[in-house]
Amino acid sequence: MDAILDNLDAYRQGFVTTLALTVVSTVLALAIGTLLAAMRVSPVPILRAAGATYVEVVRNTPLTVVFFFAVFVLPQLDIRLPFFQFAVIAVTVYHAAFFCEAVRSGVNSVGVGQAEAARSIGLTFTQSLRLVVLPQAFRTVIPPLINVVIALTKNTSIAAAFGVVELTAVGIRLANANGDAVIAILVGIALCYLALTLPSGWLAGQVERRVAIAR
Amino acid sequence: MTEAVLYDAAGPRGRRRILIGSVAGLLLLAVVIGAAVARLAANGGLEAELWRVLTRGDVQRLLARALVATLRAAVVAMVLSMAVGAVLAVGRLSRRRWLARPVGAWVELFRGLPLLLLIFFLFLALPTVGVTISTFWTLVAGLTLYNSAVIGEIFRAGILSLPKGQTEAAYAIGLRRGQALRMILLPQAVRLMLPALVSQAVTLLKDTSLGFVIGYSELLRNGRTAVEFLGGKYSIPIYTAIAVVYIAVNASLSFTARWLDRRTRRQLGRTVQPSVADEAA
Repeated sequence: MDAILDNLDAYRQGFVTTLALTVVSTVLALAIGTLLAAMRVSPVPILRAAGATYVEVVRNTPLTVVFFFAVFVLPQLDIRLPFFQFAVIAVTVYHAAFFCEAVRSGVNSVGVGQAEAARSIGLTFTQSLRLVVLPQAFRTVIPPLINVVIALTKNTSIAAAFGVVELTAVGIRLANANGDAVIAILVGIALCYLALTLPSGWLAGQVERRVAIAR
Repeated sequence: MTEAVLYDAAGPRGRRRILIGSVAGLLLLAVVIGAAVARLAANGGLEAELWRVLTRGDVQRLLARALVATLRAAVVAMVLSMAVGAVLAVGRLSRRRWLARPVGAWVELFRGLPLLLLIFFLFLALPTVGVTISTFWTLVAGLTLYNSAVIGEIFRAGILSLPKGQTEAAYAIGLRRGQALRMILLPQAVRLMLPALVSQAVTLLKDTSLGFVIGYSELLRNGRTAVEFLGGKYSIPIYTAIAVVYIAVNASLSFTARWLDRRTRRQLGRTVQPSVADEAA
């Protein structure tokens, strides 16, 4: 217990870094993912193919491999950034594919009648997507989107292996420095993650229930 | 909803616009890829000598051994996860609250923690209490702790998605709850959740790459070893080769999952859908 209390500052720093990595990557990945989803449902074949290829490649690649490319291959191409930014790139590139799939399954969950009605009153593709389908889709995709954010939060831990001092890295450092309190220190780190993931999971469940009634 | 509902079959003007869109998209894509290739070429990333490293026998053997190690960890962890997951699902579905509640808490706990933290926990904490296991078993134990919780939830969703009449019929012919689960519900549920299980296997296979942080000689670890031995510029061909291997194995599994999903849906009208979030983690 003392080992945790003595190092509260390190814990706080790790927590803030994990949170920053999560928030920045979520915003970027959500934007790119929504764009990819729009590409995948668009009438232009080349955009559909590009979106589908991106998703297919990324979701079959481990995040660790994406990190390898960001951290070890980009410097070979004379792209040198702080570790934190490399981590943001890797986490964003990876999760954009999953945000895309979550949004797309939301678009697909809106009844055919809605799109047909939108088309039959003369709305164009963009209009029917923007005014009719997407507002409804976003409601159904909020729970899966929150769940992808939870997965992203957990996945930021991989940045620990690539020079970013976030929660997991703090845990490893403290555990190595305090050999007599390894379990207490790591349980402390686990509690920090649960403080982020459990409320989000609860929120996703609540939203899911609300939306289910509305439908 | 099929996406084609969102737009009409294009007329002459629409076709022209789609053509323009395609050309613009293609140009944009070409610019992006061209810039990447130019960057690669400017830094010597396209030299034949660099890529010839992949034809070297020792590099190939190193990576082949690593692939076997990766697959071995994945298969063992998958089998264990399914066994433990089945127990967790049955426990959480139990009508005895003193059993269902703690099992539910266990599942939520391990689903809510990063896998890397679990692996590190086993790696760092077990030796302090006098238990030493190999990196292989550390990785497999970490993977099993996490994936058994996820697979347990897939099993549970599969069992819950069966019509109530199945359970009632089982009770009516005098089966006990355990018997009903084992003989009536599980065999049907397995068919419904097979696609979700296969796509979870993809996630698990991807997660074996975390073995690299604790020094288990899987694909990434051996790739890193090769690059450290050969020099940093070889990171481009070596890591590309590793990515291609992962994508090849996982894409064929994903394809199988989709094929199973389509087939089962044709036969039974529904399946248990894997969650996008579980595929990400």
